[in-house]
Amino acid sequence: MSTMQKLVGWIDDRFPLTSNWKTHLSEYYAPKNFNFWYFFGSLALLVLVLQIVTGIFLTMNYKPDATLAFLSVEYIMRDVEWGWLIRYMHSTGASMFFVVVYLHMFRGLMYGSYRKPRELIWIFGMFLYLALMAEAFMGYLLPWGQMSYWGAQVIISLFGAIPVVGDALSTWIRGDYVVSDATLNRFFAFHVIALPLVLVGLVAAHIIALHEVGSNNPDGIEIKKHKDPVTHIPLDGIPFHPYYTVKDIMGVVVFLMVFTAIVFFAPEMGGWFLEPDNFIPANGLKTPEHIVPLWYFTPFYAILRAVPDKFMGVVAMGAAVVIMFFLPWLDRSKVKSIRYRGNLYKTILTLFVISFIGLGYLGTQAPTAVTTNIARVLSIIYFAFFLLMPWYTKIDKTKPEPERVTG
Amino acid sequence: MKKFLLALLFVPLTAFASEGNIHLDKAPINLNDYGSLQRGARIFTNYCLSCHSAAAMRYSRMEDIGLSKDQIKNNLMFATDQVGNPMTISMTPDEAKLWFGAAPPDLSVEARARTPDWLYTYLRSFYRDDSRPTGWNNTVFEKVGMPHVLWSLQGVQHLKEPAEGEHGAPDFTLVHPGKMSPAEYNAMVGDLVNYLTWMAEPAKTTRLELGVVVLLFLGLFFILAYYLKKEFWKDIH
Repeated sequence: MSTMQKLVGWIDDRFPLTSNWKTHLSEYYAPKNFNFWYFFGSLALLVLVLQIVTGIFLTMNYKPDATLAFLSVEYIMRDVEWGWLIRYMHSTGASMFFVVVYLHMFRGLMYGSYRKPRELIWIFGMFLYLALMAEAFMGYLLPWGQMSYWGAQVIISLFGAIPVVGDALSTWIRGDYVVSDATLNRFFAFHVIALPLVLVGLVAAHIIALHEVGSNNPDGIEIKKHKDPVTHIPLDGIPFHPYYTVKDIMGVVVFLMVFTAIVFFAPEMGGWFLEPDNFIPANGLKTPEHIVPLWYFTPFYAILRAVPDKFMGVVAMGAAVVIMFFLPWLDRSKVKSIRYRGNLYKTILTLFVISFIGLGYLGTQAPTAVTTNIARVLSIIYFAFFLLMPWYTKIDKTKPEPERVTG
Repeated sequence: MKKFLLALLFVPLTAFASEGNIHLDKAPINLNDYGSLQRGARIFTNYCLSCHSAAAMRYSRMEDIGLSKDQIKNNLMFATDQVGNPMTISMTPDEAKLWFGAAPPDLSVEARARTPDWLYTYLRSFYRDDSRPTGWNNTVFEKVGMPHVLWSLQGVQHLKEPAEGEHGAPDFTLVHPGKMSPAEYNAMVGDLVNYLTWMAEPAKTTRLELGVVVLLFLGLFFILAYYLKKEFWKDIH
């Protein structure tokens, strides 16, 4: 027995190292037909790690103090060794996290990955999405620019629309009557420790639940139905390691090419990732002409503005997120994957994508009478996608699913 | 469907055009032209840096644009003798508010907040307006609090009121020539804005150079990753 084997044996007597390695990597059998859309799960994990590591280094130099915060970010950009790179990686990472997560969620929609027995994976994922939104929102206050400040002011004041307790609630969240040093300090605490802990915990739950039931695939059929009679390994399954680890390395490299192209050549992304107004220090006495949340919140912001009543708008915005939790029980189709669904579902899913992107665009624009009406139509489509799902998935003409996975 | 979604990924590259109505001239930005950056630094420290600070910027950083510490000390520093100090000013925001109505903004990252084109047009668009307390107004920044600090160089402009519904560049006439010809003045403002743009992100040229290297590395890495994947997957059918 080599020294290495002895060491592993010593550990295995005290900690389930080899068995965990097998359960989650070398003997976790994933369907062999994963396509392009299946890169985004591992990429989301990559971005999470990137955000945590760059975040640690930013925290070493950032000052969570209303009088120092803005300049401390510029200090990182100028005087800290490689500070500009770390900061751009973090700011680009925030937006790319949402790009990756939205594509990951859309994969789930297309192939029915939320359906039985994967309801809990979806629920954990939705909590991850919520935590990620909170994480991004609070992180955006920290540079203490005009858009940081007024974005936070607008979003927190939404809680004020809640009857009776609203005003007290928003004051409680801010720790002051306006966004101030107290708000900055507590958002910093949530951003660097509370929410990252929640995120990491939820990621663990998400993956444990996934490995319990096994991965879905583009055909939306269960590979565990056909196992080798002797080894009990799914016939269409391949070990995650090395097959998907080497495949994901390829995906990681392509992703990093896009990511670094943004970091090095367009870190502001034309104002979408770093807004011009955020290069002006926060000023509580000077409201910017046009307050917009960052692009990843704008679909929900557009829904908020589409509703004439402020409180009902807040309710609609919240409902737009919460309704996604119920997806596993709204879908009544006989098949999971879009490959075997009928034209009705495909049409409605396309309309949903158009409404989501359309709302996202409208949320970045100053509202006019015409665009508000368009946002209303798109909001109705957005909700109809979910609320009418039990009906249209039932009557949709599906094709028969194959027994074994196809290419 | 796939193509449509891919196209959407690139939408952000084209959006966010600058705010509609104001006509902006293109600023002659060249971050590798050290001569221009050094001339701009001189204008900045002589004309701007008494009311505007650049608190994020250290004097010594100007070594990046080809100046020595002694050159910086002897020619560009008036408020401090420590070359490692940031470009702060002695006027406090409260005093500034009292004297100008509004505190002049810190200019460290002004070029990123406003864009170089905005600054370039703004600094050339002051005109005489006796209705304003300072006697100056600006077509880019209406009712601006800042007087025309560079007037002795540019001279005095009057604005011809645009006809109803007329758009495009405003029509200025130079009623009092300054020390510089209009061409010299434009070039000088070009240098100043070039400097302000450089100062807003001194690491930018490093960033662009390094980006090429990183992408080349990733390109090579992709070839390896691709063949590694192909090798492992050749048995999977």
